[in-house]
Amino acid sequence: MGKTIAEKIFSTHCGKEAEAGDLVVADLDFIMAQDGTAPLAINSFNEMGGKRAFDPSRVALVIDHSAPSPNEGVSSLHKLMREFAADKEVILYDIGDGVCHQLLPEQGHVASGDLVIGADSHTCTYGALNAFSTGVGSTDLAAAMISGKLWFKVPETIKYFCQGSWPGGVFSKDLILRIIGDTGADGATYLASEFSGDAISALEIEERFTISNMVIEMGAKAGLMEFDEKVERWLKSRTGRPPQAVFADDDAVYLDVRKYDVSNLEPQVACPHTVDNVSPLKDVEGLPIQQAFLGTCTNGRLIDLKIAAAILGGKKVSPAVRFIVAPASREVYLEAMQQGILKALVEAGAAVVTPGCGPCVGTHNGVPSDGEVVLSTANRNFKGRMGNSNAFIYLASPATVAASALEGKITDPRPYFA
Amino acid sequence: MILTGKAFKFGDDINTDYIISGKYKFKTLDMKELAKHVMEDLDPHFYEKINEGDMIVAGSNFGCGSSREQAPLAIKHAGISCVLALSFARIFYRNAINTGLPVVECDTSQIEEGDLLEVNLGEGTVYNKTKKINIAVSPLPDVMIKILADGGLIKHFQKHGDYNF
Repeated sequence: MGKTIAEKIFSTHCGKEAEAGDLVVADLDFIMAQDGTAPLAINSFNEMGGKRAFDPSRVALVIDHSAPSPNEGVSSLHKLMREFAADKEVILYDIGDGVCHQLLPEQGHVASGDLVIGADSHTCTYGALNAFSTGVGSTDLAAAMISGKLWFKVPETIKYFCQGSWPGGVFSKDLILRIIGDTGADGATYLASEFSGDAISALEIEERFTISNMVIEMGAKAGLMEFDEKVERWLKSRTGRPPQAVFADDDAVYLDVRKYDVSNLEPQVACPHTVDNVSPLKDVEGLPIQQAFLGTCTNGRLIDLKIAAAILGGKKVSPAVRFIVAPASREVYLEAMQQGILKALVEAGAAVVTPGCGPCVGTHNGVPSDGEVVLSTANRNFKGRMGNSNAFIYLASPATVAASALEGKITDPRPYFA
Repeated sequence: MILTGKAFKFGDDINTDYIISGKYKFKTLDMKELAKHVMEDLDPHFYEKINEGDMIVAGSNFGCGSSREQAPLAIKHAGISCVLALSFARIFYRNAINTGLPVVECDTSQIEEGDLLEVNLGEGTVYNKTKKINIAVSPLPDVMIKILADGGLIKHFQKHGDYNF
């Protein structure tokens, strides 16, 4: 019987042929925790009697969720992380380096065929590189730091087969929002998802990350994509490790196969207060916004900033809108600077904040006021997510956010790409 | 172990941001402090209303969203003895078992706000004392039974030094 990508990656990491439904203890290639989860993991590590990390070169701590620290409570947790990293000689990314899910692939810690865990639910992002990566809690992470292993139930897989040619002004964010809207917030719980078809092949790696990043919003463990020349080229420039390309068998068994044609896809928006509350943009077009946010592990990459700059270059955002931009990493920041992208955004009225997660998770750098409407490129719009439970968060593509910032209301970006 | 408490009902898709907001959880590891804000965005007075041993009863996909282990820990430190839901999100479910918060998957439509519940963890049964009905429970996977039996994953590692399934 044929195997899915998930079954093959677990087979190579647990020393036997694994099938969906099997419980396995599998070897891990890389482990990550961020400043919201690492402090608890460090406590658990110590309580478990951990002395050293199984392989310090395969463990990274990332200070990104409240970076730089907004208060003394956070500062003491950051200090705990820095001291642990120095003592155990694990990798530390400190304030300003960027968002964990941009850093791990960008800095070459992930390659095709890898099994990666992170104490952050959006660890599923690296599926775009043909790796199985998933989010866990702090205690699982601590056990993994000590042992280099974690137990898993090998998941069944839903396949999303995506075809067609992308209309101008419609992006991978619109597709994944539509898929989450159709699948529901728990429609893929305990399952892996695989994305394939010519509409996926046509996407750049940065655009593919957006899709894999958001599969947790429908409950999925992983958002796997196929290995191709783009993945190979991308990895070659990032990591010295040879990729172990993994292909699903032609006769692999899927729980379900769902087909999408992007040719007639329109811009989509997730409305408050759940990510699966997705509507075509036209249903909410014209709704006034008070804040626009471009950034996050979903859409804070160079290509996202470039798309926004193309719309906003030489113009000014609406005086009714606060426009916040957070590049996903120091590298993205520098590259956007060198290409004049940041200049265009800042001239248009952007307030650029340190690479990190702050506005998306409500720790600092852009907490909305009561009753305000925020349009964001992030992956979550839960009530209170940005730090105020009386605000309303809508999610959309960078193009939609840029066009809407300009107009002061939710706006269809397609005329800019005609 | 037999747990007895009053039901506090919530709906579907209760995410970890609702359980404990990001604006609090990044500041401290003091779970007693975090516990005061549990479920605050859904019910600002929740912490004041509950008594030691009471239970959270919810619909489908409880604990969806972020991987924060502060969610089960804040619930546990608030004095909640057990969470019953129609279904749980994957990461929350693991985190609850790992940290020793009892979670029970069952048909929660048979429970109303304020019902008195009796949960027998050893036998895996739920009895609604108010309505005088037994509610069927989905069994835990064997691995999780072993982790729970040791008192959570930390104690499992203290005891065995590695996974021992």
